[in-house]
Amino acid sequence: MRKLPGITVWRAVFAAILAAGLYATYLRVFYGLGGSTNLSDKFPWGLWIAFDVMCGVGLAAGGFTLVAMVHIFSIEKYKPILRPAILTAFLGYSLVVVGLLYDLGRPDRLWHPLVMWNPHSVMFEVAWCVTLYTTVLFLEFLPVVLERFGLHKPLEWIHRISVPMMILGVLLSTLHQSSLGTLFLILPEKLYPLWYSPILPLLFFISAIAVGLAMTIFESWHSSRSFGRALELPLLMSMGRVLAVVLSVYLWIRFLDLSHRHALAILARNRIETWLFLLEIALMVVPTVLLYQARIRSSPGWLYACAVMVVFGFIANRLNVGTTGLEAGSGTHYIPRWSEVAVTLSIVAAGFAIFRLIAQYFPIFEAHSPQPEPVEIEETEADPVGAR
Amino acid sequence: MSKAILYDSTLCIGCKACEGACAERWGLPYNDKIAAEEKISAHKLTAIETHGDRFCRRLCMNCVEPACASVCPVGALQKTALGPVTYDAGKCMGCRYCMQACPFQVPTYEWSSRLPRMRKCNMCYERQSAGKPTACAEACPVGATINGDREELIREAHRRLAGKPDQYYGKIYGIGEVGGTSVFYLSAVPFEQIGLRTNVPQEPLPETTWRVLELVPDIVSTGTVLLGGIYWITNRRAEVARNEGPRTHRKEPRH
Repeated sequence: MRKLPGITVWRAVFAAILAAGLYATYLRVFYGLGGSTNLSDKFPWGLWIAFDVMCGVGLAAGGFTLVAMVHIFSIEKYKPILRPAILTAFLGYSLVVVGLLYDLGRPDRLWHPLVMWNPHSVMFEVAWCVTLYTTVLFLEFLPVVLERFGLHKPLEWIHRISVPMMILGVLLSTLHQSSLGTLFLILPEKLYPLWYSPILPLLFFISAIAVGLAMTIFESWHSSRSFGRALELPLLMSMGRVLAVVLSVYLWIRFLDLSHRHALAILARNRIETWLFLLEIALMVVPTVLLYQARIRSSPGWLYACAVMVVFGFIANRLNVGTTGLEAGSGTHYIPRWSEVAVTLSIVAAGFAIFRLIAQYFPIFEAHSPQPEPVEIEETEADPVGAR
Repeated sequence: MSKAILYDSTLCIGCKACEGACAERWGLPYNDKIAAEEKISAHKLTAIETHGDRFCRRLCMNCVEPACASVCPVGALQKTALGPVTYDAGKCMGCRYCMQACPFQVPTYEWSSRLPRMRKCNMCYERQSAGKPTACAEACPVGATINGDREELIREAHRRLAGKPDQYYGKIYGIGEVGGTSVFYLSAVPFEQIGLRTNVPQEPLPETTWRVLELVPDIVSTGTVLLGGIYWITNRRAEVARNEGPRTHRKEPRH
């Protein structure tokens, strides 16, 4: 009685978004970028780069963050939420490629950077990293599919290469998450000084880790609601702690950066950039302060609210660097056309739907593991007589 | 010897002969309507702008260390030894990073095409390779645009500044801008008054990204040792805990 109307409304919204996205796709294919976007010679990158690519890659950062935590730092308690994070990452990167197919003038040449090299180009490095990392994510996700169909032989092969593969994945992520910031280093006079910083790569990397953690909390909360599972609250509480620390480090470095560049003074200017900057910072500061309080961390609703704020703060940051922060320097204005928004929303909606489908039919949330759980060990230890 | 163009705004009479010659050289349409467009675009690779009673010509600066060529992921843009920055449309995948990176906002795009290309002036690479002057320099009736060896043109510009100091704003645009370009401007007034960007950095832009990119091998090698080491330490700890802790029958090492 509570759920049924909700589902129908969401389905209607979903269908409307997809219909608009389909029409926008038609415009993109037959009338080119000019017929489907508000891009211009002075403003060549818009929503499809700033959101679909820059936010997409960042929101998928939970994959490498959790792989590093669980398998490299061996913090095994986070294992139950590793698989959903890997699935999000794999889906996220696949959808980034879809977004690129819309944005590239010649999507049929997506493969060109793999054979036509220019090692001096940041974009070349990003292209290689994203290609390799998507492959790694595919291999990290493959065991789920193999388990589902009981294919044990290939499972063993994957396990044999899993450690170097995971290290490679973390390295590739470190490189391209930061390189998305490096992309903008070549625009010193174009990007507004609140965002242009020589340490953009570092800021992009740390904020990607933060949003990766936030996305993990976000999807745990959603999946617990839609699949009626129990929320892994103790896990998410400790993850909230990690998130608070990562955010603090991020915010402190941003403050130091602004102060060392003597850029704090330009906050006094009453300009749209100032307000957008303050919005972005507020969306990061508020959850940081909240997450330091045990009362907030132990409440699923508040934890979720904090995660959502971090996600929006992150999106605001990437949109500011990728679009609004470039308007003044480019001497023009850019508001995305409806068709750009429709494609972006369709990609997000498709992401949610595919995640749901996969989670329904594959062992994503069953904390299945071929390795002994540390929890079990503790239990046996607690009862040594019984074990004998 | 690297080639260049010297445009002297004080000599330009705004006849737009350069525009017509450029359109002809690229096989682009040119008529009164297009002549009236005072900006470069995918169908107009050079343009004469009017600033009060003065003129300024816009075209690709063919920088000495071009940002566009450094950012192109497929190497479609190349700085040639001859001076021009050339473009290979067959390689271009349309990421438009060159347009974003260009401090002079020169590259333009065929936005309405289904198979779009980037378009920009390439300082008549084919003509100059064959020893001919650029089409614009050949067409200019008053010598406002001249074409020749880069070093010789810099000397010529200095001669003009020294010869008639009262008629010129005493600087040459293009010597220090982004570390040097292959198109130089002389003007009677400060350059921003004829629409040129004066806030561009005075050093080559490719440096800004290369400073970070050149660290990639270091990050990869150090990162491999660090992450591999952490894995080795933490998993040894887990292994010890497993072997010594519980007296269960699990004894297979973790993979």
